[in-house]
Amino acid sequence: MSFRDNPLGELKVPLTWAAAIALIVAVVAATAILLSDRRETFKAEAYGVSRKASDTVLAPVGDVLAAPGRWTGAGVDTVSDYFAAGSQNAELKAQLKVMKQWRDVAIALKDENARYKTLLGLKTDPPIPMVAARIVTDSRGPFADTRLANTGSEHGVKVGNPVMSENGLVGRVIGVTDGASRVLLLTDIASRTPVMIDRTNARAILTGDGGPNPRLDYLRGHDPIREGDRLLTSGDGGVVPRGLPVGTAVKGLDGRWRVVLASDKAPIDFVRILLFQDFTQVVNQKALNEAPAPPPTPGPNGAESAKAADSPAPPTVGKPPAAPPTAQSPSAQSPSAQSPSAPPKPKAAEPARGEKKPATTSPSAKKPDAAPKPAAPTKPKPKPPADGGQP
Amino acid sequence: MSGARPLEPWRWLGVPMLQVLTATVLFGIPLRVFGLQLPEPVFPLALAFAWAVIRPSILAPFAILLMGLFLDLFWGGPMGLWALCLLIAYGVALAGRNMMAGQSRLILWAWYGLTVATAMVAGYLFVMLDSRSSPGLIPMAWQFLATIVLYPFSQRLIDLFEDADVRFR
Repeated sequence: MSFRDNPLGELKVPLTWAAAIALIVAVVAATAILLSDRRETFKAEAYGVSRKASDTVLAPVGDVLAAPGRWTGAGVDTVSDYFAAGSQNAELKAQLKVMKQWRDVAIALKDENARYKTLLGLKTDPPIPMVAARIVTDSRGPFADTRLANTGSEHGVKVGNPVMSENGLVGRVIGVTDGASRVLLLTDIASRTPVMIDRTNARAILTGDGGPNPRLDYLRGHDPIREGDRLLTSGDGGVVPRGLPVGTAVKGLDGRWRVVLASDKAPIDFVRILLFQDFTQVVNQKALNEAPAPPPTPGPNGAESAKAADSPAPPTVGKPPAAPPTAQSPSAQSPSAQSPSAPPKPKAAEPARGEKKPATTSPSAKKPDAAPKPAAPTKPKPKPPADGGQP
Repeated sequence: MSGARPLEPWRWLGVPMLQVLTATVLFGIPLRVFGLQLPEPVFPLALAFAWAVIRPSILAPFAILLMGLFLDLFWGGPMGLWALCLLIAYGVALAGRNMMAGQSRLILWAWYGLTVATAMVAGYLFVMLDSRSSPGLIPMAWQFLATIVLYPFSQRLIDLFEDADVRFR
C-alpha cells in the first residue's frame, strides 16, 4: 500500500473539514447571540450582565489611556491661551458688552414671565438635578456610536437620562453600572429623538444613521423648516426635557434635512447627565388605573340625594382658580426635584395626578359631567322665582 | 531548526489577537486633533483574512468569535453583530484560499478588500434589520477605507506564518 492510499496519510482534508465545522459552530453561536440581543429596546434589564461587567472594567482602563491625551490637550490650550491672551481679551470685552444688554432684557423678561405664571396658575417644570462625568471611551463607526462615561448608578444615573455637553444635547444613557454609564449618541443608527424647530414649532424625529449629521424624519406642515433653523428637544414622549439645544438644520447632499449638532462644536470630554424624570416616569400608573369606579348615575328622583352625596367631590373640581396655585407652590416642588438620591415620586406625583385626573382616563373625572345633567331639569322649577327676585 | 518546530497556536493566534484588541482600545480613546477624530478601522478583519490564508484552523473561528464579541462590548453595538460579520469574512477568505495561493501581493490586497466589503455589507444588512433604518453609506465608506489600509499588517502575518510549520508545506 502506497503512502497516498493510506487514509490517515492525507491530513489536509480532515483539517479543512474540521475547520469548516468549527466555523459553522461559531457562526451559529454568533447568530444566536445576535438574535437574543435586545439592545434596541433600551430597557435597563436588556443591557445584560456581560455589558455591565465589561463597562465596569473598560471605564477605568479608558480613563487611564485617555489621560495623556487630556494632559496634552490641556497643555496646548494653556500655551495657546497665553499667546492669544490679548486678542481673547478684546473679544471677551466685546462679548461682555453685548451680554450686559442681554442681561437687562433677561431680567425684564424673567419678571414678566413670573407675573404671567402667577396670573395663569401655570405649572412649570421643576429644576433638573444633574451629575458631571468624563467621557473615557468613544466609538464612531457606522453601526454603533456610543461613549462610556465614568459616572454610574452610584450617583443616581438611570437608563434614559439625557446627556449634555456645554454646547448641546449629546445623547442618552442606555446602560448603567457602578462607575460607568453607556451613552447612546444622537448619531447612532438606533437613536430617535423628538425635536422641534424653534422658529415654527414644527415637530420632527431626529434619526441617527452613523454619520456626523443625523437626519430629520417625519417633518410635517407647509414649509416647516429652513436652512439655519435652530432645533430644540420637543419633550414629546417624556424621555428628554423640552428645550435642550440640539443643533442647526442643513440640507444634506442627499436632499434630506439634516442637523449639524451643537455638541460637535467642541470635543466632548466632560458631560452633564441630567437626572430627569418625566411625569410619565414618576407617576404611579398602577394607582391611577386602580381609581374607584364611578357611582351609578342618579335618576331624576334621586338628584337631591346624589347632590348631597357628591358634595365633597365637586368643590375640588369646580374651583379652577383655587386648586392650581396650591398644587404649584414652589415649596412643594423644589425640594423633591433637587434631590437626586430621593426621586420626587410622592410629591411630584400628587399634584400632577390631581390635575391630570379630570382630563384623562380617570373614572372620577366623569363625576362633574354626570352630576349636573340629571339635576338640570329639576332645578328650574323651584328656583326661577327666587332667583328672579334677586337681580 | 526552527522550521521543524511545530507552530504553537499562541504565536500566530494569541499574540496577534492581543495586539489587535490593544489597537482597538487605543483607537477608542476620545481624542480630537484640530477638530478631527481618530479613524475607527476594524482591526480584527486583518486577522480574519490572514488566519484564513495561513491555514485552516479549528481554533481560529472561535478566536474570531471572541474578538467580535469584544468589539460589540467595547463599541456598544448589538451583541453578536461584529462576531458574525468577522466570521463571514473569515468564511469568504477560507473559501477563496485555493484561488489566492501563489497570487501577487496586489491581488491578495484585492481579495482582502473583497472580504472587508463582504463583512461591511453583512453588517449593513444586519443593522438595517435590527434597527429598521439604513446606516449612512459615507461613514461605512470611511470605515472601509480605514480598514483596507491595514492590509500590510495582514501580509506581514501571512509572510511570518504561512511556511512556519513544516507539516503544512
